[in-house]
Amino acid sequence: MAKLRYACDQDKSVLMNNFEARGWIQVNPEDDFNFYWANVQNIRNIFSIESGYRLSDDQFINHFPNHMELTRKDLMVKNIKRYRKDLEKEGSPLAEKDENGRFVHLDFIPQTFMLPSDYNLFVEEFRKNPNTTWIMKPCGKARGIGIFLVNKLSQLKKWSRDGKTNVFTPPTAKETYVISKYIDNPLLIGGKKFDLRLYVLVTSFKPLKCYMYKLGFCRFCTVKYNANVNELDNMFVHLTNVSIQKQGEDYNSIHGGKWTVQNLRLFLEGTRGKEIADKLFDEINWLTVHSLKAVSGCISNDRHCFECYGYDIIIDDNLKPWLIEVNASPSLTATTSSDRIMKYKLISDVINIVIPPGELPDVRWSRIPAKENLGSFDILYDEELAQADILTQEIKSRVGQATGTRGARDSKRTTSTWK
Amino acid sequence: MNDDCFMYGNDHQVQVLQAMKTMELYADLMETAQKEVNKSNFKLTDLQTSIELMFNDKGRNGTLKNAIYKYICIHAAKHSEVPIDHLKDPISYVFKAQQSWEKKIMKSLNSMCTELNVPLARQRTEKEQKEFSQMWTALGADGPDFSQIRPVYAPKDFLEVVTSLNNVNYRSANNNGFNLWGIIQIPLKNRTMDELRIQFNEMSINQWQSGMDDEQDIFQEIFHDDRIKLGQKVIASKLAPLACEFTKKGSSISLRGDLWCQMLGIKIDDVDVLYYEKLKSNVLQHELLIDNLLYKDVKLTATNDDHYFVFEDFLYQVLLPFSRDTVVLRNLLENSTATPARSFIRGKVGMEHFEVYYPPSGVIPFHGFAMYVSPLCYLYKEPIKLYYVFRELYMCYFFRLHVLSTDPQGILSLSQLFETLLQTHEAELFYHLKSVNCQPLKIAFKWLMRAFSGFLASDQVLILWDRILAFNSLEILSVLAVAIFTFRKTNLMKVQTYSAAEGVLADLTTLQVLPLIQLSLFCK
Repeated sequence: MAKLRYACDQDKSVLMNNFEARGWIQVNPEDDFNFYWANVQNIRNIFSIESGYRLSDDQFINHFPNHMELTRKDLMVKNIKRYRKDLEKEGSPLAEKDENGRFVHLDFIPQTFMLPSDYNLFVEEFRKNPNTTWIMKPCGKARGIGIFLVNKLSQLKKWSRDGKTNVFTPPTAKETYVISKYIDNPLLIGGKKFDLRLYVLVTSFKPLKCYMYKLGFCRFCTVKYNANVNELDNMFVHLTNVSIQKQGEDYNSIHGGKWTVQNLRLFLEGTRGKEIADKLFDEINWLTVHSLKAVSGCISNDRHCFECYGYDIIIDDNLKPWLIEVNASPSLTATTSSDRIMKYKLISDVINIVIPPGELPDVRWSRIPAKENLGSFDILYDEELAQADILTQEIKSRVGQATGTRGARDSKRTTSTWK
Repeated sequence: MNDDCFMYGNDHQVQVLQAMKTMELYADLMETAQKEVNKSNFKLTDLQTSIELMFNDKGRNGTLKNAIYKYICIHAAKHSEVPIDHLKDPISYVFKAQQSWEKKIMKSLNSMCTELNVPLARQRTEKEQKEFSQMWTALGADGPDFSQIRPVYAPKDFLEVVTSLNNVNYRSANNNGFNLWGIIQIPLKNRTMDELRIQFNEMSINQWQSGMDDEQDIFQEIFHDDRIKLGQKVIASKLAPLACEFTKKGSSISLRGDLWCQMLGIKIDDVDVLYYEKLKSNVLQHELLIDNLLYKDVKLTATNDDHYFVFEDFLYQVLLPFSRDTVVLRNLLENSTATPARSFIRGKVGMEHFEVYYPPSGVIPFHGFAMYVSPLCYLYKEPIKLYYVFRELYMCYFFRLHVLSTDPQGILSLSQLFETLLQTHEAELFYHLKSVNCQPLKIAFKWLMRAFSGFLASDQVLILWDRILAFNSLEILSVLAVAIFTFRKTNLMKVQTYSAAEGVLADLTTLQVLPLIQLSLFCK
């Protein structure tokens, strides 16, 4: 069998070691590759109309062309809002609302507005609850850059003056901000705030096929959490991003403030019981699937593509998970030794799912990996298999169909999903 | 349950009764009985029946049974006629070795005081007390400077003491001690593999084990759910022996916290809360040199451990009060060979009346001591509960791991059990390691001394400790240590140096405890 030819535009050891361990041959991105691990800029070039590049059947690449629909903060919010509205129009039981007008099952992102475009809507909302804290994030930036907290409208006005945002010229992505209700009651462990970084692999959006990596982790702040207004400027208290925390004097380079999701589960199950822990992790899976479904209509489902997303989730003190954002290029830089082992394994498992071991990439593959090739990934949702399941269920009985949301929710969770 | 009691004969019954009289439970029962008797419709002729009836009331009966059970578990090996000094340890050279070891520790503690120019204990000023009290839940944040502080001793130092022990009364023909390849050369009786097999029968392969068999998808529903239902019944019964029987096959994660309390006889009441608060206020009032050792230990171990760093502040809230707890001291004095260090109140040196135990708990922590507490943080989120569970575990088990004695549960016996098992069942491996100058115990000793905490993944430590509590025995530690050597045998047979062997056994976090124990206990 011909050796697989790979290209890679970043010098990351967890990537290179994986490719080398497989005996693959490195080629330039301009040459004929079978597998290209590229950063998002190069992806944009490849898929741009000017380049006129066409991928052939034996070429795989690690991003979808317009992954931005999911991974840019403002677009994700827009898509999820539209998804909910569409479901509501259809009269889907998923779009059920409670007496306050909130979605019962799809309320998994903090209330968010675009700035400057939704400024008036935001002000209206702000005046309803003047004592809440909001978090401002630039749409096009990552790693906690440009983020700040506000609890007064005057702070926002000052920001808009400083930024000299002209109302008459439409803002570019770099100047657009999202403002979200700040989760000021995060679940604290040992008095400290943390968020989850989970890895989700998507091999197809239509039908949706996604996998959840078991070895995600929690990122802890080094400083005790304090919701006090005076601490709003102390980013070591509020932001869990490793790139921010690393600058703190209390940063520990041995574990890097990272705690495995398995340990989180052990702790929650041990101190709060199995049912509560199960419910939390079910809800996390649930929100992940629906965030993907929300964009499955608008992401162009190129058969050459797969993508491994970094999901950022915050759990509040009622143990409700909130989706904060999705990263297209989760950091592959290892901060600690166990981090390196985990990320190496992540890439290895991704490759094993995308390219069945011993084969060359082929866009016509079934996209149903053998169980032994899943590694530490669990099937989160496979629409194709789920539909097959529903069909068989329908033959068995047609009763369970109209039993309301919970029923619908349960019926999806067959062998084709995480449960 | 009652049969247990009769098994020990009359003498023991008297002993149990004596001990009961000092318990709070006794006073409670007495009071209820008196109330009963004082009722107006009470007839003297019915005395016996009505008192018996009262005792048979379900709740009361259970508490009484638990109290007796616990007493028997801890005091099973004692004979009342033996004088207290002899009780410390019947073998005098072991007892003497322990005493001289304690002297050595105290000496190095004193020299640290002199070197750093700090007192053993110091009263905090009012302002300091206030500050400290505000910091109570965040003690890890801005501690004092610990760079000068070093742990008084580490497992390595203690191992030296353990291996230097030899029996002065024994002379062998070939001057070679016993026919043992290991470094423990004292005549102790250890269990054989067959005896262990019988003792740990419930862990055998044909029995389903929580923490292992429930992880397979197919068993999830039929096994795991059944176990949880049964476990809930056991918890509802409130009986300690039942909890032990159940946990022999493992507890599930969500029931573990309750089951452990049940096995250890812990029910937090107002008195316990008050007592913990008192210990806490003792911490606030006085600063001990020991505190710095505890801080330093947490900083060196748990703070750097990716399983436990999030619990750093809980550890101080447990360890600092622990060092002030005289219940621990009493237990050490009564049940161990330890003779805790004593010191004099300043300016009163030599006056017997002013002699105090130092620290009040009698426990001088070694490097890694915090790891006895860390895994428990996965079970209890309230510091008070955490405190009492840890204290009980320490008083029942952990103190044996850093005190010299001939107790079959003590570190000497466990070390030798490890060596003899390895020599008997992995002779080839032992011989190879010995020939490349790498005594297995030199690697395994720290595992035993810390009960594997900090070496295994956190969930596995809990699974292992389940069995310690359920079987009321630390011998499982030696069995696991042997199993790990067996498991890594192929690689160990290739090593030529001590550091290479250490490297092979450096990372144990990927190991699954149960299959390993089963492998070495039941598969040969």
